[in-house]
Amino acid sequence: MKIVVCVKYVPDATGDRGFNDDGTTDRESVDSLLSELDEYAIEQALKIVESGVEAEITYLTVGPDDAKDALRKALAMGGDNAIHVNDDDIAGTDALGTSLILAKAIERAGFDLVICGMASTDASMGVVPAMLAERLGVPQVTYLDEVTVEGTTVKGGGTVKGRREGDVATELIEAALPAVVSVTDRTGEARYPSFKGIMAAKKKNVEALDLDDLGIESDQVGLSAAWSIVDTATKRPPRAKGEVVEDEGEGGVQLAGFLAAKKFI
Amino acid sequence: MAEILVLVDHADGAVRKPTLELLTLARRLGEPSAVFLGKGAEGATETLGKYGAQKVYVVDAPEVDDYLVAPAVDALTQIAGSSEPGAILVASSAEGREIAARVAVRLESGLITDAVDIEAGADGPVTEQSVFAATYQVKAHVTKGTPIITVKPNAATPEESPATPAVEAVTVDFTALATGTRVVSRAPREKSDRPELTEADIVVSGGRGVNGAENFHVIESVADALGAAVGASRAAVDAGWYPHSHQVGQTGTQVSPQLYIAVGISGAIQHRAGMQTSKTIVAINKDEDAPIFDLVDYGVVGDLFKVMPQLEAEINKRK
Ligand SMILES: Cc1cc2nc3c(=O)[nH]c(=O)nc-3n(C[C@H](O)[C@H](O)[C@H](O)COP(=O)(O)OP(=O)(O)OC[C@H]3O[C@@H](n4cnc5c(N)ncnc54)[C@H](O)[C@@H]3O)c2cc1C
Repeated sequence: MKIVVCVKYVPDATGDRGFNDDGTTDRESVDSLLSELDEYAIEQALKIVESGVEAEITYLTVGPDDAKDALRKALAMGGDNAIHVNDDDIAGTDALGTSLILAKAIERAGFDLVICGMASTDASMGVVPAMLAERLGVPQVTYLDEVTVEGTTVKGGGTVKGRREGDVATELIEAALPAVVSVTDRTGEARYPSFKGIMAAKKKNVEALDLDDLGIESDQVGLSAAWSIVDTATKRPPRAKGEVVEDEGEGGVQLAGFLAAKKFI
Repeated sequence: MAEILVLVDHADGAVRKPTLELLTLARRLGEPSAVFLGKGAEGATETLGKYGAQKVYVVDAPEVDDYLVAPAVDALTQIAGSSEPGAILVASSAEGREIAARVAVRLESGLITDAVDIEAGADGPVTEQSVFAATYQVKAHVTKGTPIITVKPNAATPEESPATPAVEAVTVDFTALATGTRVVSRAPREKSDRPELTEADIVVSGGRGVNGAENFHVIESVADALGAAVGASRAAVDAGWYPHSHQVGQTGTQVSPQLYIAVGISGAIQHRAGMQTSKTIVAINKDEDAPIFDLVDYGVVGDLFKVMPQLEAEINKRK
């Protein structure tokens, strides 16, 4: 079967992130990397194959030239090949547009299972997997802490099962393939690329696609096609640092004094 | 006035507080109509009316109980199709965001997630969001279709505005997709007497410094003295000291209480993403250089095992 893992190249969360004048994310002044939350998706794809499911793993990213780095890192962890959708008209695309591009690329590649991280570490909306399921017309099995695939054959078919920490209950959920899955950071540590993996990744095929290849008009995506706009983005003044006292035996009492003054007690 | 659809978040008919906040915000935009999916609408109608719902659409079908997300999408799109609402408001839980996202695709409408405030504007609702670990405040509005907005807990204080809602039972024509993802089993989380993390006015959280599940009572006792919810850092959760449902941060729950007390937590960016919008922040940490101290309104540099018991005793004394 065919597994497509969607990965995103994001500004480093430990950097000083911000906005451009047009309200889009500033991707220049902070180093970017493969979203850490997508590493869990890659790990689960590799685990599924290691569990004996015969599958080809393709990574898919939508992003600028540098986003290739994210694909190289993924390929160094394992998997077979990658697709990089890159087009000048994509800049500023929102989640709705991104899900359209991803869905078209996934349909073009063919798929039995799509695996995503639970959210990106930059926008962290966590909505793209659900949007993908909607666009592809397949079940969504999302926010999984645990995932297994059963009963697949060379002709396809099979079931994906998982455990989801729902809003008020822990749920066991399942769906017939093809399906879209997203996994949390509780699925288990992602592996580090080995030296051998890094060397092997250099020989793996990365297919470059643009919007034309996907049959998407340039006015369907990009900042001007976004269905919502940022009116203003203001940096919050850094919190004024309050008093910090050293505990010399009275720390608890002093803190209670502060809480009482603020009417919390 | 336009109808504003509010998707009701409930547990077997018990309406959860975020829904009351949504109804309160919806009144700024138009006439709130509640959309109730599942069983227990009879019990919920009064509460929904008390907070201003003019209408309650009820969808009581097995699909909404036994399948994930997609049935709610079918129900909301069908109701939106006939009522042509001015906006659709959904609580920002994982499931709420997913429902909203799919409705946005289906209605070809703009989506804004995790709003912390909403005002009426000339071109429809104007939302406020807090992004990049709460370092930026963003104002935005939807430019296409029906604005679909997910709203974080504590975005507004629920205000009563009594109404007697008209109740309308809706029969939804479910799509084939609705029954795609089956919920095989549901194990409700253990009910605790403490307030829910997202709804609490005060949250007391413990981190790696707590150093063991057996020590978490130090956090719990202060929480109970203050009537607070208990939170935990990912380090404490990963170590198995406290359940994941209590994790505060990027991949846990995002909270915005009046008071947040971080105990034995260093203040990593992913933890801050979940608590930085708290009104007042307090930390106890033995390392004076811990980044959490950059955020605090008050901090104590010291051993939590000395400071916390003393704090608890002093709170109880002053009460
Ligand atoms: C993709 C991703 C997502 C993440 N999501 C989250 C998330 O949702 N939530 C989250 O919390 N983290 C998250 N993290 C992890 C985060 O980066 C930190 O590792 C984590 O928050 C650290 O937890 P901590 O502060 O408890 O532990 P530490 O960083 O180890 O800090 C422990 C602190 O306790 C203090 N201490 C120790 N003993 C005592 C004592 N006796 N008295 C007083 N102080 C003491 C120490 O000085 C130290 O500052 C995420 C990371 C990644 C990469």
